[in-house]
Amino acid sequence: MRREMQFSSPAHQADTALAGMWLFLATEVMFFGGLFFIWLVYRHVHAVGFAAATQCTSLLIGATNTLILLASSLAFTLGVLAARKGDHRTLLRLSMVTAALGLVFIVLKGVEWAQDVAAHLFPGAGFGIGGTDAGGAQLFYAFYFVATGLHAVHMLVGVALVLWIAWGAQRRRFGPAWNTPVEVVGLYWSFVDLIWVVLFSLIYVSGRV
Amino acid sequence: MSATLERNYLTEQWTLRSWLLTTDHKRIALLYFASITVFFFLGGAAAALIRLHLILPQGALLSHEMYNRVFTMHGVVMVWFFLVPAVPVTLGNFIVPLMLGARDLAFPRLNLFSWYLFMAGGIVGVAALFWGGVDTGWTFYTPLATDYARGHVVMVVVGIFISGFSSIATGLNFIITIHMLRAPGLRWFRLPIFIWTIYATSIILVLATPVLAITLALLAFERIFHVGVFDPALGGDPLLFQHLFWFYSHPAVYIMILPGMGIVSEIIPAFARREIFGYKFIIWSTVAIAVIGFFVWGHHMFVAGTSLYSSIVFSLLSYAVAVPSAIKVFNWIGTLHKGSIHFDAPMLYALGFVGLFTIGGLTGLFVAALAADVHLTQTYFVVAHFHYIMVGGMVSAFFGGVHYWWPKITGRMYPEMWGRMAALLIFFGFNLTFFPQFLLGMQGMPRRYASYPPEFQVLNVLSSAGATILAAAYLLPLGYFTWSLFRGARAPANPWGATGLEWTMPSPPPTENFATTPVVTERPYAYPPPGAEPTHAP
Amino acid sequence: MWPLPRPASSNAPELDALIYGLLVMTVAVLLLVFGLMLLYVVRYRAGSTLDRGSVAEKSWRFEITWTAGTLVVFFGLFLWGADLYVRLFQPPGEALKIYVVGKQWMWKVEHRGGQKEIDVLHMPVNTPVELLMTSEDVIHDFSVPAFRIKHDVLPGRLETLWFRADETGRFHLFCTQFCGTDHAAMIGEVDVLSGPDYENWLATAPSSGDLVAEGQKLFMRYGCSGCHQAGLAGGGGTVRAPSLNGVFGSTVPLSDGTTVQADDRYIRDSILDPSSQVVASYAPVMPSFKGVMAEEDLLRITAYIESLAGGP
Repeated sequence: MRREMQFSSPAHQADTALAGMWLFLATEVMFFGGLFFIWLVYRHVHAVGFAAATQCTSLLIGATNTLILLASSLAFTLGVLAARKGDHRTLLRLSMVTAALGLVFIVLKGVEWAQDVAAHLFPGAGFGIGGTDAGGAQLFYAFYFVATGLHAVHMLVGVALVLWIAWGAQRRRFGPAWNTPVEVVGLYWSFVDLIWVVLFSLIYVSGRV
Repeated sequence: MSATLERNYLTEQWTLRSWLLTTDHKRIALLYFASITVFFFLGGAAAALIRLHLILPQGALLSHEMYNRVFTMHGVVMVWFFLVPAVPVTLGNFIVPLMLGARDLAFPRLNLFSWYLFMAGGIVGVAALFWGGVDTGWTFYTPLATDYARGHVVMVVVGIFISGFSSIATGLNFIITIHMLRAPGLRWFRLPIFIWTIYATSIILVLATPVLAITLALLAFERIFHVGVFDPALGGDPLLFQHLFWFYSHPAVYIMILPGMGIVSEIIPAFARREIFGYKFIIWSTVAIAVIGFFVWGHHMFVAGTSLYSSIVFSLLSYAVAVPSAIKVFNWIGTLHKGSIHFDAPMLYALGFVGLFTIGGLTGLFVAALAADVHLTQTYFVVAHFHYIMVGGMVSAFFGGVHYWWPKITGRMYPEMWGRMAALLIFFGFNLTFFPQFLLGMQGMPRRYASYPPEFQVLNVLSSAGATILAAAYLLPLGYFTWSLFRGARAPANPWGATGLEWTMPSPPPTENFATTPVVTERPYAYPPPGAEPTHAP
Repeated sequence: MWPLPRPASSNAPELDALIYGLLVMTVAVLLLVFGLMLLYVVRYRAGSTLDRGSVAEKSWRFEITWTAGTLVVFFGLFLWGADLYVRLFQPPGEALKIYVVGKQWMWKVEHRGGQKEIDVLHMPVNTPVELLMTSEDVIHDFSVPAFRIKHDVLPGRLETLWFRADETGRFHLFCTQFCGTDHAAMIGEVDVLSGPDYENWLATAPSSGDLVAEGQKLFMRYGCSGCHQAGLAGGGGTVRAPSLNGVFGSTVPLSDGTTVQADDRYIRDSILDPSSQVVASYAPVMPSFKGVMAEEDLLRITAYIESLAGGP
């Protein structure tokens, strides 16, 4: 572990790195929060269209993906615990599991999008949902693609970070003396999971109950 | 060149690689200085074109479409590639660790990455503006920007989006640094005010910029896929765009001005040789501006079709946010009282700031008054108002800070007489350029007009004359600063006799700043009583 | 008084008083600020032998004083501005309605009698006028500096602006929301005429027919009468639709329990986006006419519905 010269001790460096990740996640809250806020405004204005559009989302894929992500968070959290104990092998395995689950999520998302596009649910000319509030339904899907797209980008970054941790675990870089990167990536991964839970509630659930 | 060349951060290594891959906050600050200067002159060239064009009522130089592209470029470049980053990434990067007694920022590699992000965003944005141009104004109102404007709107927006990440990373770096890397003994209420203003600025940067990011992302999505997020014809709401846009862009103006206020709070005590008046009140005012500034965005929309009740609330809050700024002005003036005042260039810029910022701020009260805003909004009155604060205020403070810390950064003194002349010329040229615009606005001349009714010509010509003087005045520092790098007198560690940890370092500092971490026991601005004068470098 | 344009509307004198008041306050503060700065830099310049004594230690009293003073002055200015805004910009009961449509890059004006004009607005002096404005494309802004009025004109929405011109004459009309290439050319004039002159102008201006009469024809052509059967007590045929007799100006109960005033905006929204506000006890089956009905037809039908008298 390379201690940078501006820190007075390894603990100081570790604390600083964690503080940085928390602050970064706060900015992400503002980013996604802005999106959620607009969503809520439009849902209020276009209740009919949003309800119609929600019916066309795939609850099966959405719920499956939610379970996958929750499982992946569990896996990585266990990995963080392993890192604290210096258990490289477990950390490696759990990181690979996490990354694999993340990739499954992305693949399923791709499948879902393909289905949506085939069903003429991508906004624009030829949009498939009609009715009295077709505009509202189209707005729903605009948000759907923007929000899930942005989330998928965050997921890809997350998978890359988890694989980086796996690589570090293989080279036995982490242990009780220093496992800050594992903690930091763990925070990020849990956050991306949390964002998904909110998205799932808004996209798949809230119009159906 | 002196025979005994010390080892410092400049002389450490000279290769291009050592500059482009540096993680030293001081070198990164210089990289940013270069970028910022280029963008400033780019935006300034656009301004020159605008003022030249407007000397004739029918327009002297450009077609309507070209003019619209030029003022859009001026706004986009000046706001996102100059004003928002300027002080934090140059003076902030260089001075903050030194003021804190730290060896670098918390995340030096992130700092370097921020510069690359900034350059990428700036290049993409400027390329779009040149290659075909964008004519929506820097505010990108919908549905004009999404469905009607031709040009590379998406490309510009992508450029701004990328540079936004640079802003967030910079802000994050400063916040964590100020929390975690203060020298022992540097309690929060011993910190120089510049640190407090950088901190407040960084809070706004990290909280507001993501909202801009999502707004621009939706704008691009709508433009590419013709979806109606903001387009009423497709079920969207154009006012929603305005709310989201101003939710970022109003706090953004506090990002621009707070560091300037911090610089002035360092310069005035140093050149009045006494401690600052009302240290804690200035700090609380800084925090108040940052917080209240998030809740006034609706004052950009008083005639936009928002509800009466929301407008009343936004007007009240806009008056509230002006109070802490007034408190600061009174405190700076209080610092002059019973001081021992020197008129070096930094002080001239600081005094100019106080005067011009006060004018700008007071004229803000005109547009904050609901009924008066109906007449004054969207006219040259608003243009004058914000230029008094941004250019008269912020740019003056920036120049003041550059002059003040130039000896520390470069190890050279700039020629003082030229510095003072430029400061005075800038003050004069600035007022001649922008004061007539208050009058134009009261008369009703709208902004963003490529041509105008003839009765407005005289004031336009006066303004353009001022702009010529201002342009020349801004070129002067470019000249004498460059000269000073080769021929300026060598600067001692503390040419101004100022307080603050940065002045305990040699000029220029060594790469690692402090060999041993200092311990701070004194209050800030602990100037000796008037009479104990320092010796300035010649 | 210069630099403000000669006040020509009933709002203008009070609004000008506010601006002058702000100006007086500004000048007073600037005299204080610049005056003190000048005084101090001269008195306390380096090298001046003035005995400075000890520097003021307790700054609290000053801080509280100038903070309180600033708060009081600023709050007073806010109240003044807000009061004027609430009083002056709310329309009186009866006003002459004139319709304005903004479009890149011209102002289209239509009067009740169907008289049309472009980039000019003729109106009578000393009469409250209510402009009903919308845009065909992007956001514009209708601004007449001489009357101290200004309001954004939005696509897909109806905005209202009222004023009363107190002087005859010709006054600049500007578009003041950047709207594209020829934004600066979207200039017109407001031509304020005396009562008789205005009547003359109405009689001689080219007209496409009285708006209300035109509206009645359109009401049938678009099929509105099929469900709403204006003139009879309620819906005809198999569809039950609210009666439109006397609806304009009344309070309409909605299906979500709230009520709404049936003004121009309500009528327009009901035609373009009927599912957003459904009348209580009716099914949301009315089709939307968005994209189907031209702006000018919309104005005429609204004018016709406004003219329908009758019981509840």
